[in-house]
Amino acid sequence: MKVPISSLNKLFENRVRLGIMAILIVNDSFDFNSLKETLEVTDGNLASHLKTLEDNSLIRVNKQFIGRKPNTRYSITETGSRAFKIHLDALEQIIKSQ
Amino acid sequence: MNDIKDYNEDLKSIKKIMEETSRFLSLSGLSGIFAGFIALAGGALAYLVILKSHTFAYSEFFMNLSNNETSSMKIQLIIVALLVLILALAGSLYFSYRKSLRTGQKIWTPVSKRMLINLLVPLATGGIYILILYSKAQWLFIIPSMLIFYGLALVSAGKFTYNEVFYLGLIEIATGLICNVLPEYGIFFWCFGFGVLHLTYGLLMYRKYER
Repeated sequence: MKVPISSLNKLFENRVRLGIMAILIVNDSFDFNSLKETLEVTDGNLASHLKTLEDNSLIRVNKQFIGRKPNTRYSITETGSRAFKIHLDALEQIIKSQ
Repeated sequence: MNDIKDYNEDLKSIKKIMEETSRFLSLSGLSGIFAGFIALAGGALAYLVILKSHTFAYSEFFMNLSNNETSSMKIQLIIVALLVLILALAGSLYFSYRKSLRTGQKIWTPVSKRMLINLLVPLATGGIYILILYSKAQWLFIIPSMLIFYGLALVSAGKFTYNEVFYLGLIEIATGLICNVLPEYGIFFWCFGFGVLHLTYGLLMYRKYER
């Protein structure tokens, strides 16, 4: 039995980061507040996970202003979507091989 | 180290998030059933009361009437159509709201906004087009245009909600095109397109997703 545990991405072991990637892979972009509401996490928690993903070039940040309100939007990078797909495939294979 | 159960949970929650953020799933089959009933009631009112059950082919009926009589009838028909539209919209909002309370999903999300924009662009285009038809006295083509533009709106919004909405849109477009060939039977096509199709769609959706 070959289980591709090594294909699993350590960065995606966290549920919040996994959730962020799942949202961004099916949406062109998503704003901070919508991410917060969808994932039901606190500002600080979400911000720190977004930072980690951004530092690893998995997501891209786009800061804009709507009137005077800052509106920060996030989108997935090419690297990010490749990494996430590999992770998903690995998860599926591990489950199937059981 | 994670075990298999955790991986399974991960995969399930990923799929759930991907589906919920890319599709608006609070649309209720009850909206369709309600809209269908309202449209049939409107069609019956138009046929039995306003046109006094004379004929489905209302163009012939209008030819035998004075201008005054036909213009007041047209206004009554338009009021009925608008009432049907408003009630059907209110119903679909209400039933979506109720479903979202039950499932715990939010109604005003990025994907519901995107769905609305995709619905409203063809729908508003159709609305303006129908006003132009009316102003040019092309009222025979109002019902076919309603069906066609409504169908286009559903096709375009269908990408952001249940796939069935897309197919309902295709059937509405086909109904509208046939109605264009036989425009004098508009009320019949209205009852089929907005009544029967909505009822059937609503019942199917309700049985498939909400029971």
